[in-house]
Amino acid sequence: MSRTVAGYPSLSATGTGSPTSGKRRHAWSGPAFVAPHVLGLTAFVVFPIVAALLLSLFEWPLLGTTRFIGLDNFVSILTDDTFWAALRNTVTYVVLYVGCNLVVSLGIATWLGPRMWGRQVFRVLFFIPAVTPVVGNAVVWSLLYQPDGFIDGWLQSLFGVQAPDFLSTPGWAMVALVVMGVWQGFGYNMLIFSAALDAVPDSLLDAGRLDGANAWQAFWHIRFPAISPAIFFGVTMTLITSFQMFTEAFILTKGGPGSSTMTLVLYLYERGFTDQQLGLASAAGTLIFTIILFVTAMQFLGEKKWVTYD
Amino acid sequence: MTDVEVAAPHRTSSPQTAPGATRRRRRRVPVGRIVSFSLLCLVALLFLSPFVYMIATSLKLPSEVLSTPPRLVGSEVRWQNYTEALEYAPFGRYLTNSLLVGVLGTALNTTVCLLSGYAFGRLVWRGARPTFMLFLATMMVPLEVTVIPLFVIMQRLGWVDTYQALIVPVGFSAFGAFLMRQFFMSVPRELEEAASVDGASVVRTFFSIMLPLARPTIAVLSVFTFIGFWNSFLWPLIVTNDVTTYGTIPRGLQAFFGQQGAEWHLVMAASVMSMAPIVLLLVALQKHLIKGVVSSGFGGR
Repeated sequence: MSRTVAGYPSLSATGTGSPTSGKRRHAWSGPAFVAPHVLGLTAFVVFPIVAALLLSLFEWPLLGTTRFIGLDNFVSILTDDTFWAALRNTVTYVVLYVGCNLVVSLGIATWLGPRMWGRQVFRVLFFIPAVTPVVGNAVVWSLLYQPDGFIDGWLQSLFGVQAPDFLSTPGWAMVALVVMGVWQGFGYNMLIFSAALDAVPDSLLDAGRLDGANAWQAFWHIRFPAISPAIFFGVTMTLITSFQMFTEAFILTKGGPGSSTMTLVLYLYERGFTDQQLGLASAAGTLIFTIILFVTAMQFLGEKKWVTYD
Repeated sequence: MTDVEVAAPHRTSSPQTAPGATRRRRRRVPVGRIVSFSLLCLVALLFLSPFVYMIATSLKLPSEVLSTPPRLVGSEVRWQNYTEALEYAPFGRYLTNSLLVGVLGTALNTTVCLLSGYAFGRLVWRGARPTFMLFLATMMVPLEVTVIPLFVIMQRLGWVDTYQALIVPVGFSAFGAFLMRQFFMSVPRELEEAASVDGASVVRTFFSIMLPLARPTIAVLSVFTFIGFWNSFLWPLIVTNDVTTYGTIPRGLQAFFGQQGAEWHLVMAASVMSMAPIVLLLVALQKHLIKGVVSSGFGGR
């Protein structure tokens, strides 16, 4: 990677000049081509990161005068029970969501093997909710979860039992969010795993069959190691995005009942725009970022244990 | 499950009719495949049932929405739910806003990514490596961290409730730069050398040789960026208060749901309208989109 970034390796080989003259080849055009993007990123990503740190040291109401208060925002967040509830809920959601997503996407990807009829059609079908607006998906699921709605209606007419009021019962509300999230999101990992499975050489599987491996063993000892880099990629992306879950909870439960489905980003949003305390919200954002960085780092540290690269 | 029973007799009868062992084996395989295929169809049907229920509800009488057992079709098919939804909320306006924001945002992001991707993948210049690292680092930062300071910047610029606020601050994602860089690194050197022998400048080489070659990659990047803009919710929620003027589809749908939450027939009609364009896009471009997801990790949620 470093070679190709610093300059093309073939440059000196073709005899157009020494590496030094190569460095100067596009001395102006290189920076010129990259300038618009660098300016935009500086203004709208790099500067805001610095600003987020500064903002979190201020009492900064939505409208009105601001005041430097040091680390008070962090203190009040860390002593706020709702923040800890949000952290607990988010971790619960992430563990359940990532786990279920992985099992479902890996299962369906394996099921959609090369011999399945119409596999391309199935792939597209399972991917649909991953591209439709999350707000739309959530609104539809809100109706499914209603008392007398789709799920309750079927339970009543088939088994004569009343379903719990999913969205207003603590415990069930979290389950409802996970189920809706997996339905919506597994298609993305399914596509990645499906392509990775297709790339596993037949010779490997044939060798396993000769050694008398059954389907289950073939999966765990041949397919799984072969696609572990794809799984690692999928888990990392899914972890990061599920830590940022907001829209589903905002539409379906508003964090309730109580604060049983309050997520970290919902907490940030409420501090900023319900309480109108932007400094407090910014401090929450900084904490969320730290948590995500920590989890991602742990992921990469654990990578060696189970991911096999050739 | 009925297919299993229908298919089963084949399995028992085929050995009698099949003359050879090879024939028997070939006959036996499809049974498993039929079972597996039928089960998968059932799973797919269950999976799609929320969408089916959404469409069904969008055509029902308000009094027939919540029924036990749930029905697909009510006593009449009410297309006027759609026109009624359009009267309650300016979905035409939301649609136009979404299109405008999506197209302009995609144009902005694709253009800057195309240029920077070319500089990283093809040009030799001092500072390329640290700049590339900076791009990598910005991708690690979730919007949630920057959203509050971005809002304060919008306040100071007077951009709250403007189109540029919906486009510019979120138009510089670095992700596409990686995709374009990957592409430009894969273009054979010879093509460019021929041009530089002819004395073409970097700019001319870029426009006359690289740009035409990059079209498929640009298309994939554009579609995913467009879908991202179309579906984004947190930023529009924060930066637009005047929904009836600046609301995009998700923002408008959320506001409508907040006001007319109990009018399920209208909310579902609105949901159908919010999803239909993007589903059509997916079906039309399925091959490219799936290739895009697989090759670049696009679309993660």
